[in-house]
Amino acid sequence: MSTYQLDAKRLLCPLPVIRTQDKIKELQIGDILTVTCTDPGVMQDIPAWSRINGHKVLKTESGEYEFVITIEVGE
Amino acid sequence: MSKQIRAVSLISGGLDSMLATKAIMEQGVHVEGINFFTGFCVEGHTHAIRKKDKVKPKRNNSLWVAETLGIKLHIIDIIEEYKDVLINPKHGYGANMNPCLDCKVFMVRKAKEWMEENDFDFIITGEVMGQRPMSQRRETMPIISAESGADDRLVRPLCAQNLPATLPEREGWIHRDQLFDFSGRGRKPQMALANEYGFTDYSQPAGGCCFLTDESYSKKLVDLWQARGTKEYDLDDVMLLKVGRHIRPNSDFKVIVAREDGEARFMQGYKKSFLNMNCASHRGPLALIDGSPSAEDLHVAARIVARYGQGREAEEVEVTVRDREGNESTLKVKPMGVDEMPKEWFV
Repeated sequence: MSTYQLDAKRLLCPLPVIRTQDKIKELQIGDILTVTCTDPGVMQDIPAWSRINGHKVLKTESGEYEFVITIEVGE
Repeated sequence: MSKQIRAVSLISGGLDSMLATKAIMEQGVHVEGINFFTGFCVEGHTHAIRKKDKVKPKRNNSLWVAETLGIKLHIIDIIEEYKDVLINPKHGYGANMNPCLDCKVFMVRKAKEWMEENDFDFIITGEVMGQRPMSQRRETMPIISAESGADDRLVRPLCAQNLPATLPEREGWIHRDQLFDFSGRGRKPQMALANEYGFTDYSQPAGGCCFLTDESYSKKLVDLWQARGTKEYDLDDVMLLKVGRHIRPNSDFKVIVAREDGEARFMQGYKKSFLNMNCASHRGPLALIDGSPSAEDLHVAARIVARYGQGREAEEVEVTVRDREGNESTLKVKPMGVDEMPKEWFV
């Protein structure tokens, strides 16, 4: 298991989701990806995308300007 | 054991594609969704930049539809490839800068490529004959099938009974009598079907799902192209046309003034890409300067920016000007009076 970071700041939906999707394609099952965003909409969209595509959201963190989501890559 | 038939469905996030997908799933076909992002897609999140819209839900409707249907959704970035569709539409534009027919052909063609790469069998769209004046007409349906290369692997479940039988119908993968004959702009058949499927919460965007159908947005895009003398654009251009007041005193530069804190916060991200300014002596909005302004133009821009700050009635205000490297200078200006700003400046 490896951990990865993805900077999706300044991108508006659905680009943070697309960048997450494209990054996860490169990863292995069990890898951990942490995505940092500035669009608050990702707090709904990345978990929704993860649920329908079989990945697990481990943690979400909301700051004033930044939103961080940690995902475990599923099958 | 017979092969599991698989279809890829173009999911816009609206009701029609949701119903079309469900109609095929009901026939035992494995369906996955595909959603294309052109950069011009209308999303709640773009509106959510503005504070006044924050009460609106910030969900992405295509993801929500996929989750409701229980299918996977693949979101594809086609921003670069889409430029040619927008700049050189073979079938022309609609009422604004919307190349709807070319767009549909392009998206179905991309879906066909995805279908072939992923060993799927056919494509689903939520098209309804007569629903849209440019892309969803009896005459355009065969054009989309032929020019996309999808031909008879393109199934429109909601109006299939009004069209010739497709390959999946002829092969018995799906049954024509379980498809529909919807036509026209009325929404009653769709709403009845939604009710039958138990869908009570669905998106019905009044103006479609694309900013290019919006008159105000289209005018800003045309203005951008005219000022640059070329139809080239990038994603930052597309995004910035969605926010702020756009004021163009002459063809060399344009001032983009944030209207609210949410827009200002979003525009902060562009401070390294654009000359920018804000009022230093009074509270006021952030503004980005697009183009190649002269020193005189910058003075005009500063007066415009001052006009939208709390010092608008002052004799003189200080405006901080920052270049792309963050170097600051200060201009002392008289805020521009409302009667000094001709209507034509407002894009």
